[in-house]
Amino acid sequence: MQMTMIEALNNALALELERDSRVVMLGQDIGVNGGVFRVTEKLQQKFGEQRVFDTPLSESAIIGSSIGMAVYGLRPIAEIQFAGFLYVCMNQLVSQAARVRFRSGGVQTCPLVVRAPYGGGVRTPEMHSDSLEGVFMQTAGLKVVIPSSPYDAKGLLAAAVADPDPVLFLENIKLYRSFRQETPQEYYTLPLGKANVVLEGTDVSIFAYGAMVAVVLEAARATQEAAGTSCEVIDLRTVWPLDEEAIVRSVEKTGRAIIVHEAGRAGGVGAEIVSIINDSCLYSLLKPVGRVTGYDTPYPVPGQEDYYVPTSARVQAALQAVMEE
Amino acid sequence: MTTQQKEQSMEAYQTLDMEGNLLRQMPDLSHDRLLNLYRSMHLGRAFSNKIVALQRQGRATTFGSLVGQEASAVGLAAPLRAQDWLSTSYREIASLMVKGIPLSTLVYSFRGYTPIFPKEAHCMPIQIVIATQMLHAVGLGMAAKIAGDDAVSVGVCGDGATSEGDFNEALNFAGVFQAPVILFVQNNGWAISVPRHKQSAAPTLAARGAGFGVPGILVDGNDILAVYDVMEQAVARARDGRGPTLIEALTYRIGAHTTADDPTRYRIATDIEAWRLKDPITRFQRFLTKQGILSDTQNQHVLDEVEATINQAVTDAEAMPTPAPDEFFAYMSESLSPRLQAQRDDARRFLPEM
Repeated sequence: MQMTMIEALNNALALELERDSRVVMLGQDIGVNGGVFRVTEKLQQKFGEQRVFDTPLSESAIIGSSIGMAVYGLRPIAEIQFAGFLYVCMNQLVSQAARVRFRSGGVQTCPLVVRAPYGGGVRTPEMHSDSLEGVFMQTAGLKVVIPSSPYDAKGLLAAAVADPDPVLFLENIKLYRSFRQETPQEYYTLPLGKANVVLEGTDVSIFAYGAMVAVVLEAARATQEAAGTSCEVIDLRTVWPLDEEAIVRSVEKTGRAIIVHEAGRAGGVGAEIVSIINDSCLYSLLKPVGRVTGYDTPYPVPGQEDYYVPTSARVQAALQAVMEE
Repeated sequence: MTTQQKEQSMEAYQTLDMEGNLLRQMPDLSHDRLLNLYRSMHLGRAFSNKIVALQRQGRATTFGSLVGQEASAVGLAAPLRAQDWLSTSYREIASLMVKGIPLSTLVYSFRGYTPIFPKEAHCMPIQIVIATQMLHAVGLGMAAKIAGDDAVSVGVCGDGATSEGDFNEALNFAGVFQAPVILFVQNNGWAISVPRHKQSAAPTLAARGAGFGVPGILVDGNDILAVYDVMEQAVARARDGRGPTLIEALTYRIGAHTTADDPTRYRIATDIEAWRLKDPITRFQRFLTKQGILSDTQNQHVLDEVEATINQAVTDAEAMPTPAPDEFFAYMSESLSPRLQAQRDDARRFLPEM
């Protein structure tokens, strides 16, 4: 069935509620309203207020109470309305949820999925568009998953719910309704921690995730046409922990790499991939690794966001640079 | 004593006066049960004094004594059943003990290693970040309600914690979801060096429940029977589906905040002496003696047995195997990622023989 990412996520959540009576969903406006983006549309109607419920406007309490529920034996799926508000529940997510297994010596676990929309390009107000995944790379015990398509979103969300430990599941706002894709109505999972080669190539490896996968594919096509460059495009799918094997395998094959993400440049996914290449396959490199990212400024106001989020033109320029002899 | 504190102590629910005379009907407890409460209070005190002594000898890490708060700590946990949950901060060692954590496990944690709490004790790991555990307690209660179980959940914090956002959010969630939860504040007068009246202008902390639609109860926290009584009633309310309760127990931190703290910098000795006169163990001992439940001989027997029990717990804890030097890799996730496996292998090159 052709689904948007919204529909695929809604379908995945409905299947979880059907499959497992331990699954509950909580967040702001997720009940009657079906979520501000409609990801949880009709779920409360179908599964009742006991399973799908609105909470007070209280991010720390959403995550903190979810920890209690997860330790008790439920499988909470919590929604934080925008990833930009994750800082409000930082202690509960980072020091608490991610450390339940560690702090209890493995006696307790926290099977919690935190869903949050992120990313720019749709003119949201300030602090609604931030890409925070880099912040969570130093959160030991937390996985960070970012799908790039409806099919991936459904399978990765199912895998996140099945995971015995907490998963931060970031959904790109621009991708929610940007395209439809054939997506099975049946339950399936896609493995966490595994990247996906979306385009095979031999000259340069491009690592991306979320909305940047489509931007990169467009730039790869243009560069192939203009310069005959064969690009290998790798969708990371899980940004923490990274699929290091896939990164190294591709760079050893192509000898060139660029990384593309919306998040600011310092200390994030791109920086870590450069380090992985440095540690494991530096001598395969023919050119320095390129990075096309957001800048180390705050995410700008809506009127200026188009100058911040990486574009196909910026990716093409980076490809040109990395391909120069 | 400030005006506010005077108001508080006048309003607090009491069962025993300072001389151990009964002021009202006491909770329905057998003599064995009463003696067991008495013993648990002594265990809490002896444990605290022992760990402080061990810390001075370099045999224990930083520790926060609960001396002076034994009635609260024991009284809040004693009415709980096996299916109930307890989420505490670091000062509720006696509560954890009453809920089923072995003393040796608790001693072990102050050797600087992760204690393994028995799963069936239903205790969250000791919380470090103030007030955080109150939300976990609410979530545990919400889960019990959703699952249709008759378990209740208790979150315990200090007076300083009531200034944190998480405390207020916990009260709010507890009220909105009518969670079977008791939020228990041990108001011991001090958050390290900051006194109670600098935490909140509210006349009592119990009064703060009203703003959240949660009944608030003020109890004399140095009166074990009073604490037991209000707690038992709150637990029954929660179990019957009648929602959450906020309890403020008025007590006093006789000791330092932790072994790393010097309270002479910020409080005067006469304050402490005033509270020593309200000692919770002495008061309960007077009651038990007057009721003919505890003779001098029996009392000595309790003291001897408690000392032996604590010493044995220390012996047992010190005999427990030291964890592997790379144990911090052990509980990261269900299976260790390739990246962490590589880091662990690298770490092992520099670690002592395992």
